[in-house]
Order: sequence, then structure tokens, then C-alpha cells
Amino acid sequence: MDVRAHVAMVFHLDKCIGCHTCSIACKNVWTDRPGAEYMWWNNVETKPGTGYPTQWEDQTNYQGGWKVTDQRELVLRGQNRRNTVLKLFYNPNQPGLDDYYEPWTYRYEDLFNAPEGDDQPTAIPISQITGEPIDIEAGPNWDDDLSGSPVYAENDPNLSRLTEDERNALFEVERLTMMYLPRICNHCVNPSCVAACPSGAIYKRGEDGIVLINQEVCRGWRACVSACPYKKIYYNWQTGKSEKCILCYPRLETGQAPACFHSCVGRIRYMGVLFYDADRLEDAMKAPEESLVESHRSVLLDPNDPAVIAGAKANGISPEFIESAQKSPIWKYVMEWQVALPLHAEFRTMPMLYYVPPLLPVMGRSGDGIYAHDTEEFFGHLQKARLPIKYLASLFGAGNTEVVEAAMKRLMAVRYFKRAEGVGDVDEDKVKRVLREAQLTAEQAEAIYRLTSLCTVHDRYVMPPIQREEAMTESCSAEMCKGQCGLGTTTPPQRGA
Amino acid sequence: MTWIKDIFSPDQRSWEEFYRNRWAYDKVVRSTHGVNCTGSCSWNIYVKQGIVTWEMQALDYPIIDKEIPPYEPRGCQRGISYSWYIYSPLRVKYPYVRGALLDLWRTAKQQHPNDPVAAWRSIVTNPESRARFHQARGKGGLRRASWDEANEIIAAANIYTVQDHGPDRIVGFSPIPAMSMVSYASGARFLQLMGGVCLSFYDWYCDLPPASPEIWGEQTDVAESADWFKSKFIATVGSNVLMTRTPDAHFLVEVRHRGAKVVVFSPDFSQTSKVADEWIPIHQGQDGAFWMAVVHVILKEFYLDHETPYFTKYMKKYTDSAFLVTLEEGADGHFRAGKLLRAAQVEASKHVENSEWKFFAFDEASGDLKMPQGTVGHRWQKQKGNWNLKLEDELSGQDFDPALLLNQRAEKTLAIEVSDFSEGANDTVLLRGVPARRVQTVDGPVWVTTAFELMLAQYGVNRGFDGEWPKSYDDDAAPFTPAWQEKFTGISASVVVNFARQWATTAEKTEGKCSIIIGAGANHWYHNNLIYRACINALMVCGCVGKNGGGWNHYVGQEKLAPQASWAPIAFGTDWAGPPRLQNTPSFHYVHSDQWRYDRPFDEVCPVANAEHRMAHGHTIDKQILAVRSGWLPCFPQFNKSSFEVVKDAQAKGAKTSEEVIAHTVDQLKSRDLRFAMEDPDAPECFPRVWYIWRGNAIQASAKGHEYFLKHYLGTHNNLIAQEDAKGTTEEVTWHDKVELGKMDLIVDLNFRMDTSALYSDIVLPAATYYEKNDLNTTDMHSFIHPLQAAVPPCWESRSDWQIFREIAKQTSELAKRYLPQPMKDIVLTPLMHDTEAEIAQPDIRDWSKGECEAMPGKTMPNMSVVERDYTTVYQRFISLGPNFRKGLGVHGTTYEVADLYDAYGQTHPTERWNNAVYPSLKEDRSVCDVILHFAAETNGELAYRAFEAESHKTGIDHTHLAADTRAIRMTFDDLTHEPRRLLTTPYWTGVTNGARTYSAYCQNVEELIPWRTLTGRQHFYFDHEAYRAFGEHLPTFKPRADVYATRDLVHTGVDQGGVTLNYITPHGKWHIHSTFGDNLRMELLSRGIEPIWMNDKDAGRIGIRDNDWVEVINDHGVVVTRACVSARVPRGMCMIYHATERTVGTPKSKTRGNRRAGAHNSLTRARLKPLFMIGGYGQFTYAFNYWGPQGVNRDTFVVVKRVEKPSW
Repeated sequence: MDVRAHVAMVFHLDKCIGCHTCSIACKNVWTDRPGAEYMWWNNVETKPGTGYPTQWEDQTNYQGGWKVTDQRELVLRGQNRRNTVLKLFYNPNQPGLDDYYEPWTYRYEDLFNAPEGDDQPTAIPISQITGEPIDIEAGPNWDDDLSGSPVYAENDPNLSRLTEDERNALFEVERLTMMYLPRICNHCVNPSCVAACPSGAIYKRGEDGIVLINQEVCRGWRACVSACPYKKIYYNWQTGKSEKCILCYPRLETGQAPACFHSCVGRIRYMGVLFYDADRLEDAMKAPEESLVESHRSVLLDPNDPAVIAGAKANGISPEFIESAQKSPIWKYVMEWQVALPLHAEFRTMPMLYYVPPLLPVMGRSGDGIYAHDTEEFFGHLQKARLPIKYLASLFGAGNTEVVEAAMKRLMAVRYFKRAEGVGDVDEDKVKRVLREAQLTAEQAEAIYRLTSLCTVHDRYVMPPIQREEAMTESCSAEMCKGQCGLGTTTPPQRGA
Repeated sequence: MTWIKDIFSPDQRSWEEFYRNRWAYDKVVRSTHGVNCTGSCSWNIYVKQGIVTWEMQALDYPIIDKEIPPYEPRGCQRGISYSWYIYSPLRVKYPYVRGALLDLWRTAKQQHPNDPVAAWRSIVTNPESRARFHQARGKGGLRRASWDEANEIIAAANIYTVQDHGPDRIVGFSPIPAMSMVSYASGARFLQLMGGVCLSFYDWYCDLPPASPEIWGEQTDVAESADWFKSKFIATVGSNVLMTRTPDAHFLVEVRHRGAKVVVFSPDFSQTSKVADEWIPIHQGQDGAFWMAVVHVILKEFYLDHETPYFTKYMKKYTDSAFLVTLEEGADGHFRAGKLLRAAQVEASKHVENSEWKFFAFDEASGDLKMPQGTVGHRWQKQKGNWNLKLEDELSGQDFDPALLLNQRAEKTLAIEVSDFSEGANDTVLLRGVPARRVQTVDGPVWVTTAFELMLAQYGVNRGFDGEWPKSYDDDAAPFTPAWQEKFTGISASVVVNFARQWATTAEKTEGKCSIIIGAGANHWYHNNLIYRACINALMVCGCVGKNGGGWNHYVGQEKLAPQASWAPIAFGTDWAGPPRLQNTPSFHYVHSDQWRYDRPFDEVCPVANAEHRMAHGHTIDKQILAVRSGWLPCFPQFNKSSFEVVKDAQAKGAKTSEEVIAHTVDQLKSRDLRFAMEDPDAPECFPRVWYIWRGNAIQASAKGHEYFLKHYLGTHNNLIAQEDAKGTTEEVTWHDKVELGKMDLIVDLNFRMDTSALYSDIVLPAATYYEKNDLNTTDMHSFIHPLQAAVPPCWESRSDWQIFREIAKQTSELAKRYLPQPMKDIVLTPLMHDTEAEIAQPDIRDWSKGECEAMPGKTMPNMSVVERDYTTVYQRFISLGPNFRKGLGVHGTTYEVADLYDAYGQTHPTERWNNAVYPSLKEDRSVCDVILHFAAETNGELAYRAFEAESHKTGIDHTHLAADTRAIRMTFDDLTHEPRRLLTTPYWTGVTNGARTYSAYCQNVEELIPWRTLTGRQHFYFDHEAYRAFGEHLPTFKPRADVYATRDLVHTGVDQGGVTLNYITPHGKWHIHSTFGDNLRMELLSRGIEPIWMNDKDAGRIGIRDNDWVEVINDHGVVVTRACVSARVPRGMCMIYHATERTVGTPKSKTRGNRRAGAHNSLTRARLKPLFMIGGYGQFTYAFNYWGPQGVNRDTFVVVKRVEKPSW
């Protein structure tokens, strides 16, 4: 057992309201500069939809993530020793401008400067790259709320798992639905970007597992851009280096949640520590698709297990981290209640961001223009929900519907449990039955309710305090660090440059 | 896995400083976003090297209760984009003047040296120069000017207008004050000190829900969003909570995990539909039919089949359902519901005070007539202490139990006429038997029944009486059954029945914890009041109003200015003089932007029950004139001559006292030598002249009938092709065949960004952003108050609104010393006002101009006051808290003393000294904030206590316990900069926030037995005013939305083959708050770089429109050119352009309308008023600013959409 600590996340999609505040919080702080305009370290996608960059989930095109060979070897899907060098110069699997969009702005100043004429001036759209007028045909959130559903939602790669009838239902106004999928870098335990970088610029921070691209080492080969199956690495066309979500480490280091977590108005984002067993990682990632979620879980270690605690201590993990791991909301959602699931586990990168799938309204039907629901049950029915479980399983179960259904049953059981308690119009037998079927105790149901609904920022964000003094003082004395902090002590001026 | 290494070594990671340096900052300042958004989110503004770099939400709202989710973090994608504006190329950095005007001005100044007023006069009275700059409006050529020069033009225009036309030709528009109340107050105070006019906003935005005054006598009062978490069943109707209540949405989502059911009514699959248990894809604008059927089911199953004691008890105590209604017999022997039985009609009670305004119920036990306390008659009688909801008979003082049903005591069943408007016209009258009893009155016996009996008949719930009743729920021909509603809503009867049972059962088991979240999607229709009443009745019959977790939660535009009592005198200058000139904007724009000239008689759109009645037929402009004459609605400008001239005329005829001046004015009006301006709005002497716009986008985002504004107010190019239709259909208004275009002499816009209003204004003044000034912010979405603060000083040459108007006041006062050196007498008209005795002024409609009654100011016509204007001291008054403030503060007619606080305040706070007197200073915005906080009951516990003492005096019940625990609390601006603070419970709002309670409306009424401010003091099902009976809206009913023929939007447009005709909806959108943020690059990027038109894929496919194609959206009112957003989530037959767009950004030209710049969303709308809301002087149906009056409805609109090739720019 090789116990490692990792910062991990849960996004509770039932709570996501699709507002994109997270995206702007991130953009304001990190990517509001030339070369980074099109970077959305955090974005929110409407599902069904093709996302950003378009159809990023389609690895037959992008060749991201890992695959298991016939020899049961885990290898990068898009690279082998032979083509690595070739692809440095020409990589057909790399997303291009068409898959993103050409950043634009407007000639706002014309509103002030236009001379008097015979018609009203307007600020026309122009490219942020060329400054020339632009015909806007794509953007970072182009299919938001089912915009252009016949073009975008219909081409969602996840729909391939549905029957034709199920697919058609998603495009009739009476039967369709949508959900939101906010995405940031998953800070994977088994990141294909790190493996793909020819310069060795990408690494995982030992203390928290955050994946970073060293901006001094990056040579802009962009192998990482292709290798990341989530397309969460972007190439900065001004600096010639790649950049990605840094999980706001300057904020984490000062005891603050990342900007996108802080600003999440739906209060869907949870962060905490998970322990995993690095020894078991590789084997677990080779499991067959249908058992990938289970094998993913098997890598995670119970922070209350004395053997794990001993292993953690042996690996130099601090008591604060251990204590924090024991209080981790992520451990509860992912392991204790098993309602949070990894996104596209079949990419085999072991993402450290888990999603609670959303409950959706009951299905309806329309005959002679009159609409009726498919069931009159109080909270609807999972089997009659508007999004087929198969679709959710494509996202969160590597195709396995059982793990998704089990999670959804628990969410529903909590609601019946609380309804019975607060109103009393659900009979006791029914409550017992739904809890039993969901394999939940009443205490667990109450705990799920409390962490889901009543959470304060301190419940959502449970991280150990970070001590920076040792790291800072590795190259100078603590006293000097205090006096020089911010003056460039860590990057001394270059002489003669 | 050998290649994946964890790196610990700091040495290898020294580059990480790169991102750490970006995160570093110098300071954090608390502020918020100050206009038009209910969010009221507290934000931390980050300043780095003197530059605002970004903002993040504050997380430090006080926790209300551990069992309720906290409010953090509040703030949405729009708010967090705000910092972009500050340094963007869209920022207004300097004063600008339209070049054409600036040239004229400079020339005129040379021609009139040292006489700026003469210079201004020479420009605006010369048709050529006037047309020169009018026609240049909006067409570029703005030129940077100095503050001095801009202010000089403004001051000259002010003085000229006062001199030549009268002060009420100076008008101003600024929307909802709550979010930056000091900034709102700046312009309002200046205008009122000048004698100018403030234009309302809530009704104009069509966010005022008239059902609220109708039912509760309250503008709007709703629960804070945390109270949703107490609910067990939530229905959202026409409200897209996830999209438009972004920071509150989490409560809706979170309460589902606590076992609440959420049902979403929305024609499109909206964001909020995603979190519904049931999404009900109801046809747009037809929600009322569904809810009528819901109440049909509830009345049958929860009242008649089985009695539900909780419901019955609630109905008797808190609603008018037991009150007695007289039944009037027609010539055909049919009966119609009439007025409430009055104390004046009954011998034993006819001599009690206000007997015309006291009513009866039957006692359940004895069957005797009883006279409940707490009515409007008790409210305004001399002896106080009987205005309460105790079920006591006034005459005997004994308790009684009001009877809802007559049961065995009924003497007879009478055939009552029930109007069925299902077909959109009153072509069906049903007869239904209603039990009745005879009551002996001074005029002989009259038939009466209870309002509840009438409700049962109206809803078609039968107990075996004769008449035309539905046979069952499945009877689709009879209103208002579940099967009947299918043809309007498109929703199966089974959904209705299931919903009604679950709804009522939840309410029964929880004693009222069902709530409705409702908004613009329901309120922006012509028959909004009926849709709302249908919904609200489902709450009232289930005892859900006045309960935590229950009730009616209307969230659109309703932002609550909590510390109103101390703010209002500052905003409207009544600390110096009064009354203020406050105009309902829908009437103003309908009349003055000449939209009435393009309108037809309203009964073509609105079916009525009795077209004979004077209010129920004819042209809206004539009803408006009747409303003005009768004192129901305001009229500014007032007269067809200057109000100073009116006073001078009277004085010339020998009038000495104010009373004599008023008497003379009344005579002049009676003889028609003097006329109300609205009787002849196209006569140049009736024009509004100077228009100030601040904090808003009055010419586009708020302008229903934007192109009419361009034509008639601005006199510039427009894309309007509608023809004038009114000629020959009006009676009262003066018709001119040809009218002068471009009524406004000068339009001044204060703005931080170049929006459409700024682009079309004559002078644009650079306003400080929300992060550059000090102000206060409250909302009804939560119960806290918090500040705006200057994180950096106003950038470039910008100034705070307060400073801008202060300096305009200063310059105007300086000029006045020369042009208007002496104080002048002004006569001010005010309508009959709600919450004053005038709400018992008019039991019947009588028109003095027709000789039906005496012309009596304040009774049968507007109130008149003579006030003094001293223009030389406008500036000094502006910066000083005037002496009238000492006389006590209050709202809704409940006043508390502040003289002791006022006198002490100057000892410890900044003061102004002039004319040998000392006043608390209002010179700086921060001082104004502190005055508001110190003198408001919501922020000063001592004053909350005094307010409750005053309220207790009126009700005869001691309410001071609600303020006892908080009596020592005082809030200052400094306090708020540290942390948002929770507002105190006061009688000016109806919820209770003491302890760990969430705010829910009307809890005080229910728990403290404080009456609603209505006719009966109860919540109303029945409206007995004669106009309501004529409209057939005395009882809840359903009138379908208007069709394309009735609305006449496409008469001249032509529906050619390549186009599709669609109902045009403008809901609130995702990427803007009104028009703010929509032009912000952040939001443009996340949307599609344009606000597209959303349409169904099959509708689009039919005419060859593909996603992102360019389209023209046209009707007679104007044109929009945008892109199509084709989506299956939008139903067929309707399209949406999310409110509100600008024509300043990415707007191409329109080929259809002569290759001219296309317009924005309001280019396709016009104002259409429902005259029913014009009545006045009758209980809750009495005017107050933003409380009562017609609204600017805009959803009964049709457009043609057609594909175009790439348009030109």
C-alpha cells in the first residue's frame, strides 16, 4: 500500500443551475489576457450537447486518454513511441480553431467616435486575433440551453448508446430535457497529459496532486492538448506555451476555495482530501469498462482505517491532512453514499472530480396536442424520467447503468424520507421500502440531506491548512522570505540578459 | 506508471510564483451592483495597483438559522462580469454633447452674449435649428465637452423651461431605487425641488402585478428566498428562477431534497424545468385557465365533498368570502352580483361613521347580520382602535362566526348571470342558481348572498341548484372544469386534478405551506390580473397566504426599498415642500409619445360583461382623460399652460389665499378655459420638454414602443410603419391631423456605458460605476441591507449621480439668481391617494364635467395645493435635510416621531448653514446613507418600536412586542461596510424576521390581526367596484390572450410567403439584467455574440431557417435583425428574444425597412393599457406611485420572422 493524499472534488449536478458564474470567476482572474481569450479553464456545458471544444468526448477523433492493449498494457490512446516524435510537428487529432472559436470583440469605440451621418452607428463584431470584422459562427458556449439543438444536441457522442426512439424523444418539445455539466481540469490521478508531454513540463504536486504545466519548461508541443481526453489544456498563442486550470493553488495555499468553487451560486461544489493507493492504480485502470467505476472506487482508501492511517504517516502525510481526509465531504459522496461518480471513467485517467447525477422531471406524452405526464406518482419515477439512465451511464458509469441507478435511487429515497418527516403524506412502509431499495439508513438519508441542502462554505470546502513556510524557506531563510516575498526572490534577476 | 511523478521539491517548482503574483492584490472593498437587479448581492471588489481587477462574492451574510441554507454565495454570471465595464471601450469617460447641438449652442452664445437662457431659447424655438439637432439624434457625431459647458446648457434649458412652459415640463426617469437608493434620490430630489416630474417604473415595466393591489391593497410583498426552504410544494408560473433569480435558485433546488415538490409551468423547457418534478408545458399566457380549474377541483373536493376545517377557518377570518353581496335584478329577471351590502343601507347602522364603507356578514349560529371591524371605514374613522381582524361585530362588540354558505337559511335560489369569456368575447352568459336571502334596507328589501356562494357559482361547482352547470370534471364546454381548460392550456385534465389534490392535501397537512413563485411570464399579458388572481385564489382557498413556506411570491422588478420612511422625503424633496409630482409612466408614454394615435378602441382587445358602462367601451385615451379629471391618475404636465401662469391668472382675478387660487383654478377647468394637458397632448403647450435619464435605459430597454419614442419624442429616424388609427374613435381628446414631431427640447443621460439611450441623447454625462460611489442596497429576495462603496475614485471624469445632480442644481440656482430671483407660487395637482382618506372618496363614478357631481378637489377631482418655488436656493436645499423631516416619518399612513433625533443629529454629524439656520448635511452621498439609516425604522430599533406603537393605536392591539428585542439596535454606514445587516421587523412590511424566522409576506396580518389595506380589510376574492362588474372581473375569471387580429400588429407589415407569424415573447434572459451586461464582452462570448431570436425547429424548418441564420423580425411597430437560435425546447407558434437588447452592439441594417439600422427588442412592442386599472378613490383601487394604474403590457404581440442573407452593417 502506497498511501497518497489528493485534493478531490464533487459537483452535485442536481444543484447546478447552469449560470456560468464559475466560468467568469475563472476568466476574470486567470485567462483575461491576449493568447488566453479562448481558454475556458472552467466551462459549463448543456447536455445533450457537443460541448467545448466541440465533441470533445469523441476520442475516435481526438484520441485522448488511455487504452488497454491486447497485452493488458495501459497505453496512451493517441501516442506510441513511434509516432510521438512525428506528432510533435503534425498532429491531426489536435483540436483546431474550428473546434474552439475565433475570439471576438466589438468596435465599441465607434459609438463615441462615429462622425454624424444619416444612420445610427453600431459596434460591429471584430476578431480579437486579426482585428478584422468577423462573422460569428461559434463560441465557447454555443449550444447553451439546447441552442441549435438540431445541429448540436443531436450530435452528442453519448447518444450513440440510446435507441432511435429514445434519441427522438430528446428532440420533441414535450419529451426533451437538458442538464448542465460544469467542467474543470479533473486533476487526474493517472493523467494522460503528464504522460504525453515530451518536455516533462507537466507534473503532479506531491502534497495535493494538482496537475500543473511548468511555464518555464513547456515548449509548446501541445501533445498534452491531444492527450487530455477532457480537452482541458489550452495552447496560449501569445506565449507559445500551454496552460490549464491550476485549481487556484494560490487560493488553496491561503485557505480559500478555488475561484470557481467560491463563486458557485448553486452551491454544487465540494472539495476535500481523498487517500488513494498508488500501488493499485495501474491495475485498477485496466479493468473492463463495465466495472471501471467499481475498480476506480477500489483505489480509494478509507481514511479511518488504522492501516491506511499508518500508511499515510509512513508516507509523510501530516496529521492535519489525515484529519481532513476523515472529514472529507468527497469521501462521503463518493464512497460512503456512492452517489458521486467519475466522468467518463472509460478514459482511464482516474479523474479526481466526481459528479452527482441530476434528477429530472417526469416524462410526458402528447396526443392531439394535449399533454399528460407518464405517471402521477408524487416525485415522478426514475424509470420515467426524461433522460434515459443509459445516457447518464454513458457520462458517469462508463456505460454501467447500475451504478448510476443506485445513486439516483438514493437521491430519491432522501426526498421521500424527508417528505414523510415534514408533511406526513407518505406512508411509513413506502419510506422504509425506498430506503431499503436504496440501501440507505435513515441516518445516512438525513446526512445526505444536510450536506446537500444545509451546507455552508465550511461544509463544502474542507481542506487542511497549508503550511507554506517550509517550502518557501528552502532557498532562503524564513526571515529573509518574509522581507522579500513578492519582490522576486524565487526568480533572481538574470545578469547580462 | 513510471512517467507520472509527484513533485514535492519547491526548487523545481519556483515558477509557481507566476500565478501567485497574479492572484496577489492590494485591497478588497465591499460593494454591489446598483440598478435593476433584485439580486442585491454583496461583493468583494479586488483592487490591485489602483485598478479594479475582479470581483468575488461576499460570503458573510448573517446566518438566519442552522436549519436553513445560508445565503452565501450570492452573485451571478452577470454581476461577476461587471468589472469589465470600468476600463472597457464602452465606458463613458467624459461629458459628451451632440455635435450639432454643440455648434448651435456655441453660435447662439455668441449671438446672446452673457445670456445663456436666451441662447437656449433661440435654439429650441427656431424650427430649423430644432430640427437640425433633433434629426441628428442617434446618428453619431457626439463630441467631448467640459463639465462646465455641459452643465451650462442643462441649467439654461432648466431655467428656460420653467420660465416659458412651467416646471412640470421637466421630467425624469430612473428605475427601481432599491438597489442604489441614493443615486435614485439624487435626480428625483433635484426634479422635485425644481417642481419637475418623476416617472414611475414598476408599472411601466409591467412588473407591477395589479392583482396585488386588487387583493391585498399592497404594491407587492413577498417572501425572501430563504422562506422557500420552508415550503412543501412550490409551483413556478411564468418565472424562470434558475435563469433570472440566479443567487436565490439554490433554495428552490435544495428544498426538493427536504421533501418539497416542485412543479414548473413554462411553455418552453426552461432552465427551471430541469429541476422540476413535473414540467407542465402550458401554452404561453393561458396559465389562468389551468388555475381556475385547480380551484374548481379544490372547492368541490375540499369544501363541498368534505369540509377541511383549516381551510374554512382561514377563509372566514382572513378573506372577504363571508361578506354579503347584493344581487341586482335585471329587466329579464336575471340577477347580477352587485355591490357589497353597506352599513348605510341598514337602519340600525346607517348612522355609524363611514357607514358607506362598512359591510356585513351573517353569523353562522344565529343567522343575524353582523358588521365586522377592520374595514376601510374603520380605518379612516375618527375613533381609532377598531381597525383589526378580530371577528367582532362593531355594533354589539360581540364575537361571531361568519357564515360562508347560506345553507338552510337561504330563502330562495336566484338565477345569477355568469359571463363566459372563453371565446375571447362576451358571447356567452350562463345562468346559475345561487342561494340568497332578503335583507331589509332603508330602501326596501334587497337580495344578498355571500361572496363565497358567488364564487361557487362562478367556478361552476354545483350542489344541485338549477342552471347551466358543468356535468363533471370531463365537461369540456363548461367553464371552469379541468376538461374545459385543455383547449387553452394544452394540458390534460388529469394533470389538473392530480395537481389540485396534491396541492390542497399538502396545504391541509402543513397548514398552508404551498407557495407560488410567479413572474413576468404571467404578468406581462394584457389580462395579467386575471392570471394572477386565478393563481392567488388557489393559495387563499388553501390558507397559504401569511404563512412561512406559503404564499404568493412575485419576483419581477419588485425590488424592495426597505428604509422607505426616511428615504422618501429625501428622494422626493418633501423635507422642504410638497407634494411631489409623481407620474404613472404607462399613461405618460401612451399619451405623450402619441401611441394612442395608433390605437383602436380597447374593447376590440378586451371582452367585457357590460359594454354599456362608461368605463367598459371606447378609446383608452378617453378613459385616461376621465381618470385624470376624476383624480384617479396623475396628469403631468398638468395644464395646457404653465402652472405659474395659472396661479398668476387667479391672482389677477383677485385670489389672495391658496384656497382662492384653487377655487379659481377649479372654475377655469369647469369652464374649459383651462384644460388638462392630457386632453390635448399634441398641442405644443402641453409637451414635456426636458428629459433626464439616469440609472436606466429609458429610450430602448424600457421603451415599449421604442420606435414611437424616436418619432414623437426625439424627432429622428424610425422604422415604424403603423398608421394612425384613432381618428374618429375618440370623444374627449383633441385630435390634430398633423402633429409636431420631436417633443423633447433636451435629453440628458447619465451613464457609465454608451447604451442606446445614451447614444440617442443630446448630452451624455459620465457616471461613476457601482464600484466608484457610496450608496445603499436592499431587496425582497433577502432580508439584509448592505452598501455600495467606492473601491477606486470615479474613473476619468466620471462623477457619482449625487454629485452630478448636485452640480446641476448649483448651476441652475446660480442662473436663477438672475432669471428667477423671486419666489414663485406653483399649483400642484395630485390624484386621490391610497393610504389616505381619499380612498373612501368615490363610492360611485361621477363625472363633474358632465354635471353629475360637484367639482371638489380631493374628492371628485385631483387634489390641488399651492406651493412656493425658490429657484435661487435649489442647490442649498438639495444639500440640506429640510425642516419638514422633523414632523415625523411614515409610510402607509402610520407615522412615528423623529423630532428629537433630528435635533440631536446635527450635533454629531456634518451640517449645512445658510439663511441663519443649520441643517444636517446631505452634501455627500455617504452622509445621505447615514441619514437614511439613522431615521428608518428598519435600521433604527427605537424607531421600529415607535412605529409599532403608532400601528397599535390604529388596531387597538399591542404590537410592540415585535420591536422590543431589537429596540437598542442602530445601524450606520460603517457597520454595513463590515457585514450585511438584517433588517428589523416594522409595520411597514408585513413579515416577521424576529428570532430565526424567514420573512414571508402577511405573517403580521395573520398573526397580529392587522387588516390588509383593502375595502373590507381582508384579502379579496370579490371586487364590487362598478367598473369591475362591467368588465366581468368582479369575480375571478378567464380571458384568453389576444390574437393576431385583435392586436393589429401586422396590418401593414404583410405576411409574405417566406415568413412565419409568431407570438413574440421577451422574457428576462441569461446574459443580461435588462440591457446591462448584455453588451459586456464576457456575456457576449458566452451567448452567441448577439441576442438571437429563439424559435422552434419545425417552425424554422418550414421557412428554411437554419440555426444561426440571419433573420428579420418585423411588425408594424418596427424591425429587429438578428440571428436565429433554432431549438426544440421552444414550442411552435411562439418566439423569444430575451429582454433586453441594445441596438448599439452588432446590429445590422434592415433591408425591409429601407436599409436603415434595425432596432432592438422594444422596436416590436407598443404600450397598450387596460383601462380597468385607471379607476380610483375606492379602497385599494386608489392611486399610489408604482402601486396602481395600467401597466405597459407587451406579450400580446405578433411578429413575422423571415430569413435574410447576410445583412449589411
